[in-house]
Amino acid sequence: MLVTPYPELGLVAMDGPNDPEPSLVIEDGRVVEIDGRREADFDIVDLFLARHGIDLEAAAEAAALTDDELARRLVDVGCPRAELVRVSQGLTPARLARVVARLDPVEMMFALKKLRARRAPANQAHVTNLKDNPALLAADAAEAAARGFAEVETTVGVSRYAPLNAIAVLVGSQTGRPGVLTQCAVEERRNLELAIRGLVTYAETLSVYGTEPVFVDGDDTPWSKAFLASAYASRGVKVRFTSGGGSEALMGRSLGYSMLYLEARCLAAVRAAGSQGVQNGSISCVALALSVPAGTREILAENLLAAWLGLEVASGNDAIASHSEIRKTAKLMGQFLPGTDFVTSGYSVMPRSDNMFGGGNYDADDFEEWLTLQRDWQVDAGIEPATEEEIVAVRRRAARAVQAVFSELGLEPITEAEIEAAAVGYSSRDLPDRDRAQDAEAADRLLAAGVGGLDVARALDARGFSDVAEAIVAMQRQRVSADYLQTAAIIGPDGTVRAAVNDPNLYTGPGSGYRLDGERWQLLQSLPYVVDPAELVPAADGAPPVVVETGEAAPGGRPGEVVIAVGPAFGERLRATINGLAHADVLAALLDGVREGGAEPRLVRVRRSSDVAFIGHDGARLSGSGVAVGLQSKGTAVIHRADLQPLDNLELFGMSPLYTLDSYRAIGRNAAGYALGRPVGPVPTAMDNYARAKLIVKTTILHARETEAIVPGAAAVELALCP
Amino acid sequence: MAFDPVTDFPLGLERPDLVTTPGGHRLDEVTLEAVREGRLGPDDVRATAETLRRQSAVALASGRRQLADNLARAAELVSVPADTVLDIYTALRPGRSSAEELEAWAQRLEAEWDAPLTAAFVREASDVYARRGLLASGERARI
Repeated sequence: MLVTPYPELGLVAMDGPNDPEPSLVIEDGRVVEIDGRREADFDIVDLFLARHGIDLEAAAEAAALTDDELARRLVDVGCPRAELVRVSQGLTPARLARVVARLDPVEMMFALKKLRARRAPANQAHVTNLKDNPALLAADAAEAAARGFAEVETTVGVSRYAPLNAIAVLVGSQTGRPGVLTQCAVEERRNLELAIRGLVTYAETLSVYGTEPVFVDGDDTPWSKAFLASAYASRGVKVRFTSGGGSEALMGRSLGYSMLYLEARCLAAVRAAGSQGVQNGSISCVALALSVPAGTREILAENLLAAWLGLEVASGNDAIASHSEIRKTAKLMGQFLPGTDFVTSGYSVMPRSDNMFGGGNYDADDFEEWLTLQRDWQVDAGIEPATEEEIVAVRRRAARAVQAVFSELGLEPITEAEIEAAAVGYSSRDLPDRDRAQDAEAADRLLAAGVGGLDVARALDARGFSDVAEAIVAMQRQRVSADYLQTAAIIGPDGTVRAAVNDPNLYTGPGSGYRLDGERWQLLQSLPYVVDPAELVPAADGAPPVVVETGEAAPGGRPGEVVIAVGPAFGERLRATINGLAHADVLAALLDGVREGGAEPRLVRVRRSSDVAFIGHDGARLSGSGVAVGLQSKGTAVIHRADLQPLDNLELFGMSPLYTLDSYRAIGRNAAGYALGRPVGPVPTAMDNYARAKLIVKTTILHARETEAIVPGAAAVELALCP
Repeated sequence: MAFDPVTDFPLGLERPDLVTTPGGHRLDEVTLEAVREGRLGPDDVRATAETLRRQSAVALASGRRQLADNLARAAELVSVPADTVLDIYTALRPGRSSAEELEAWAQRLEAEWDAPLTAAFVREASDVYARRGLLASGERARI
């Protein structure tokens, strides 16, 4: 639904009429005014920013710059990222929002590309299912890992299941590719328990809001959230906050401010709280942002702001943005083309019917489209191709691995039927039901017994999954060194942490920064369904000849003659038209048609050209009646007459993929009609404007083969049908 | 060799010599074999306060002051029991605690866990909550 702006309710994307004028007043080293509000009136967010968010030196630097100068620097390749991030520490939310609002969509994309924290983009997966089935969770997590996702996020239908789901996703992900970070989005106390046991490695459940009433309604303050972030970090959890435009409006307390201004307040608070990153870009409110003018642009502006503040950005694209595939994907391009630290904050690896986050904007059925888009743009958006066989194998192995863990830990057994359905099934509907009461009881026992990552590794090792056990121990080792707590950290299969600290985005113009090239580009273009164009057209080797050349063709003298002029490769190197009609049959149909029309056919081959117009016109000049049918090997035909210009014609048949033998028979009859001077109605033709899109490669190959067969300057030759 | 927060990241790769488990094991002793032989317990596979302080220094050296502050507080919380950590979190939620209760947490953080940064953070919250009526005693209702 599209609506007109309604600023009083926060239904305005950016530059809202009630947004404050930016201001920042510092007295005696103390922030005493932010965006028109004096210290005495500071709300909880202002107070937090005044104490933790504003850097006084950067503020002095920023004060000397106009909005225009700042906006220009965002898109100036000569102005490095580090400088922009530094100056952002001295900007208030209203100023941040105002400056990015000066950029148009392409400028925003460019600035986002420049400001991304990590050198290379990555992606995050959602892995859930309606039945909380552990074999399916493990299989989907393994597929996510095998497809290159750097993080896998799960949650639970029933909160008691949390340890089981966390184990299934941990085991599955490490089966698919060692080093993948995992999280299980549950209530904070449970989440912290899972972290302490080494069953999860990151969390992004820490939501912040741009107005005090919504913050408090969410039962938090910036101080409680910041404390929680430290608590998670103390237990080895990489923390990412969550915010998004429209959430305050949805919760009824926007206080009349625009989505972008409130998001700027959120992001300033996120950085002030010491989070390394944020999941933002409207997130679950995306459809609300898209209902107002400039909503898509506002969401991009949110991601840009987060990057400008130096935060890792997981840029939404998880909740369903629109029923329109076109709008949805147009919106995606804002993050997909510049590349963000995580292009989606949850690509649904399973069908969206199993997505428990209310997500699934892109899901299991969209992998081929996503991979093709990466290939089309030569852009890395964090998903790798894999063959069906590879995927089924890794899914089956992950399901078996979690089966082994369940067995070793004395949990409700995972059956062979579950393994098979998890390996090859489409969704949780294909899986047998488990005894959920038993599973929930077992989950409680696991927690009570203090089962953790090391126990899972031991169980895998005991049952022959030593490589997966090694990978899980490696994740425990990562907890000890805690390197992945740094900004935008992800972990490679060899255990190397890549973060904005050691692998920063240093883009400074064309040729610099991350480029999709070399091995990675080879990988991302080698999709399983890509075909070798040379194999599109079968070689004619060994097939019996269709026609035989009997000497140079001379002009015919008989007025009832219609020449059928074929191209250089017809019936020779090529043996069938683009839609698979055998050349012998096509010729027979044309000959029949000419005879049915009362004329006398004669076969020639034009050798000097592969162009249907010249083939037809050369034929016409050899024809006793002056009329000829020109025929390319791919099936394109023309009825021509000698007195016309070569590029003119009587009838042109360019839709070769649609023709049947009856079509060629009708073409022959019409040619005879023209030759004998009868009134002729054109052959009825069909149209399919998609045919070109579908067959253009094959057309190109066929035409190339025909062109290769040209003998420059050679005269046409007479042909006879082989018996 | 002294720790250099600019060049020594990732610690696990560049300075494994500086990283130990809470039980004193070296990083390269955290292996499947050690797990198999029961030489490692669950308390061995987490970061020490010292490691988190080094990560804090790395964050600061890369220009991320607030992340550094967060990791410095995290280093202090390493030794605070999980239940206590969650109790403090709950105490910091809006309308949960009186100024006296928050002050009591601040004092315990200093006295029991040597956590002055976190204690100061809790006191700061208490001060701000008083101004915004977010303390449990309901100052806002009285105003």
